[in-house]
Amino acid sequence: MHVPDGFLDVPTSAATGVVAAAGVALALRGARRELDDRTAPLAGLVAAFVFALQMVNFPVGAGTSGHLMGGALAAVLVGPWTAVLVISVVLAVQALLFADGGLTALGTNIVLLGLAAVVVSWLVFRVLQALLPKRVGLVPALAGVAALVSVPVAALVFVGLYAVGGAVEIPLGTLVAAMVGWHTLIGIGEAVLTALVVGSVLAARPDLVHGARAVRTRADLEIRTPAATEATR
Amino acid sequence: MTSLRLLLAGLLAALVVAGGVSYYASGSPDGLEYVAEQVGFLDAAEDPATADGPLADYAVRGVEDDRVSGGLAGVLGVLVTFGVAGGGFWLLRRRGVRTG
Repeated sequence: MHVPDGFLDVPTSAATGVVAAAGVALALRGARRELDDRTAPLAGLVAAFVFALQMVNFPVGAGTSGHLMGGALAAVLVGPWTAVLVISVVLAVQALLFADGGLTALGTNIVLLGLAAVVVSWLVFRVLQALLPKRVGLVPALAGVAALVSVPVAALVFVGLYAVGGAVEIPLGTLVAAMVGWHTLIGIGEAVLTALVVGSVLAARPDLVHGARAVRTRADLEIRTPAATEATR
Repeated sequence: MTSLRLLLAGLLAALVVAGGVSYYASGSPDGLEYVAEQVGFLDAAEDPATADGPLADYAVRGVEDDRVSGGLAGVLGVLVTFGVAGGGFWLLRRRGVRTG
């Protein structure tokens, strides 16, 4: 879901630009708490990986396709603040170098994929984590559910923006039904990819998965000597 | 798995996906594009100012072969994204502190 230039009028695009800038500024402060010598390179990798996966559109039936948005994936792997920055960098690279997504619509796309999807994903993930048994093994599935929810929610936020400043007058009920319907299907693909990637990183290095921190018990933590710690850097 | 090995494995996977697998991506319009066409506002879309860039639409200008052109664009995109994001996060990180 990359909004091109022209779908939303100039005032609405300017407003989403301001919201996006404020969100990114907040995230730049918040991300400092999530990034250290070990997680900063991983966060860069997550951005590269989201870029790569966004190139692979998967079919969702009747001549339509979708691709990963990556908000849930990034939030669970590297934390929500960093995830906002991860998605924003991906969107900026796509718009500036690959003409994918509009330039005046860059703020809109950051609001949809970088803010709305990330915030919703993280809320769903943390609420489920609080309600369900505290098990590391559940993290990929919870990330998948968060991903599933995030896609139609981002689609709904787009509908809201279109209602305010859409270029062409259209019946909003039709737009809501079509956007939420198709993006729920795309959300299933988002859920599967998110759960698979989170599961893979969790299997390799559970200590690096931000979303697993709250549920890792002492038994999951390995005792490392200073020498062993150095070796893993 | 060491952090370095995880990083290299992940980067390799991203390069393979963007440089190779992307060739097999569905060419159908994505959800938003499809809905815009059905509902009737797709014509409002305008090309961005970057539409004439050398990498526009994930193709390297001047490279004839679709697979090579798209794959090369994907590889460049992964490297640029990793460089910008990784470099930015490295500057932003808390020095000498472990948050974990």
